[in-house]
Amino acid sequence: MVASKSIGSRIWDRVIEALLILISITTLYPFIYIISMSISSPDAVLAQEVWLLPKGFSLGSYNIVFENQEIWRSYGNTLWYTVVGTTINVVFTLMGAYALSRKEFFARDAVMIYIAITMFFSGGLIPTFILVNSLGLYNTRWAMVIPGAISAWNLIIARTYFQTSIPDSLPESAKIDGCTDIGIFIKIILPLSVPIVAVLIIFYAVGHWNAWFNALLYLSDSSLHPLQLFLRKILLMNSPDMLQEGMEDAFERLAYTIQLKYSSIVVATLPIICVYPFVQKHFVKGVMLGAIKE
Amino acid sequence: MNRQVIDKPYKRLWKNIKKDRYLLVLVAPVIIYYFIFNYIPMYGAIIAFKDFSPGDSILFSKWVGLKWFREFFRSVYFGRLISNTFILSGLSLIFSFPVPIIFALLLNEVKRKHLKRVVQTVSYLPHFISLVVMVGIMSNFLSPSDGIINNFLRRLGMEPINFMGEPAWFRPLYIGSGIWQSFGWNSIIYMAALTSIDPQLYEAARIDGCNRWQEMRHITIPGLMPTAIMLLILALGNLMNVGFEKIILMYSPATYNVADVISTYVYRRGILSAQYSFGAAVGLFNSIINFILLITVNKISRRYTQIGLW
Repeated sequence: MVASKSIGSRIWDRVIEALLILISITTLYPFIYIISMSISSPDAVLAQEVWLLPKGFSLGSYNIVFENQEIWRSYGNTLWYTVVGTTINVVFTLMGAYALSRKEFFARDAVMIYIAITMFFSGGLIPTFILVNSLGLYNTRWAMVIPGAISAWNLIIARTYFQTSIPDSLPESAKIDGCTDIGIFIKIILPLSVPIVAVLIIFYAVGHWNAWFNALLYLSDSSLHPLQLFLRKILLMNSPDMLQEGMEDAFERLAYTIQLKYSSIVVATLPIICVYPFVQKHFVKGVMLGAIKE
Repeated sequence: MNRQVIDKPYKRLWKNIKKDRYLLVLVAPVIIYYFIFNYIPMYGAIIAFKDFSPGDSILFSKWVGLKWFREFFRSVYFGRLISNTFILSGLSLIFSFPVPIIFALLLNEVKRKHLKRVVQTVSYLPHFISLVVMVGIMSNFLSPSDGIINNFLRRLGMEPINFMGEPAWFRPLYIGSGIWQSFGWNSIIYMAALTSIDPQLYEAARIDGCNRWQEMRHITIPGLMPTAIMLLILALGNLMNVGFEKIILMYSPATYNVADVISTYVYRRGILSAQYSFGAAVGLFNSIINFILLITVNKISRRYTQIGLW
């Protein structure tokens, strides 16, 4: 009933809309600025003329970033950690969540308590560090994917999904037909679980893509370092010069020192930004599932 | 059901195991994983009471009682670490907690579906940026030599400020960047709570002549309260676990004064200086305080609002 709205109410509408648009612009501004800085001409960057849109055009800094061997290697490492890590995460989380969603499973409550305890207690940083070392994982790729293989939170989300969207009668009737629980899980449950698999893949994959602290703890060998740790060196430890060996001209160096930081942010973040619009609704679904109280 | 048959307990257990053997196979990796990566470190935490150095065995190293705890309590940093931890997480909570609620309330008032969806999509975006990139963006934007903020200040004729190296700026930057990164994402759960409010309540209110402000005050906000209280309990119960990965990225010796918290101290002493027992003791102290907080908050909440985690 738009017509019956009072003028005051309509002004209020416009004020809220304006406020939200302002919030969106503030949120987006850093992203736009970073992209503009990375593709502006080095002169404009050095003269500090870029405020919002790019000034001039140059892909010079991207050339330097892509010529760098170390960035490719760390990109490859991150891909490995993301693919292998996510596979391990998703397989074990689904298996466990399905078993724990079955009401007739005798150990269900005991295992849930066993898991819930770990959400409130932990041994802490140091004992975990000692454990990972004594398992021989230090300085191996597995240190990035095995500790943290299962997230209790995601396990609970997946379990909630199985409980709420798969009717009990389905596994029960399959069991009467002589299917084992593993057969039921693979042949009947998994094909019905595409939405939750999508949610889990995205949650875990973004986590792996963005992870850096475990690498700092466990990987001393820089040839194993993921992208984020490499970025940390460039962005925060102020060593972009590692990207510009052989660049003689002092002016050029200075211009690129600034610009390289921005282009490496773009290179590292672009995959996530590109996938983001397609997966956004799955994320939201995941949060909603997590919010369902038992 | 043959489970009803009264049997000797171990026989019943055996029967259950046989009945559910395939489910047990499915759940086995989860049990093994948590045993190794959570329960063994819990046992490993006893090195806080031992004299353990790299290469020793946890079981056979010498007991030293509360030596490491005493050393921590007497250390010159003790007061600073405790107050930094509480101030940083307390201020963060005070400033960050209401933002997603307000944002969800504002979004709820928007009638144009399209605008609403665009604003939501944009607001979730920062959540997906890694901490390294987020702190990297911040330190570049704020750089005294070539950051955009200082460029702007210079244009206004002001002196550039070394934001990242200035202790007074640490807390505002930590909290502000946290809000930027999480307000949209954290609003999802409130948006979900909003959709579960009974629309009949609004209709009834309209018939009674309520205006929008009254609707918000008497229907929408009370509808959000249970969710907000649950999240508040969780946040208070996590007060001691400040976002230490972000602090490690942000701080420098120049800002230790305000930025160094218990968990970053554990990292520096325990990992970087390899003082395992001391680090474990400080970490254990942190966990104990945290656990006491969680229980207390839950108890208070149960008493006054009947809402609790357990």
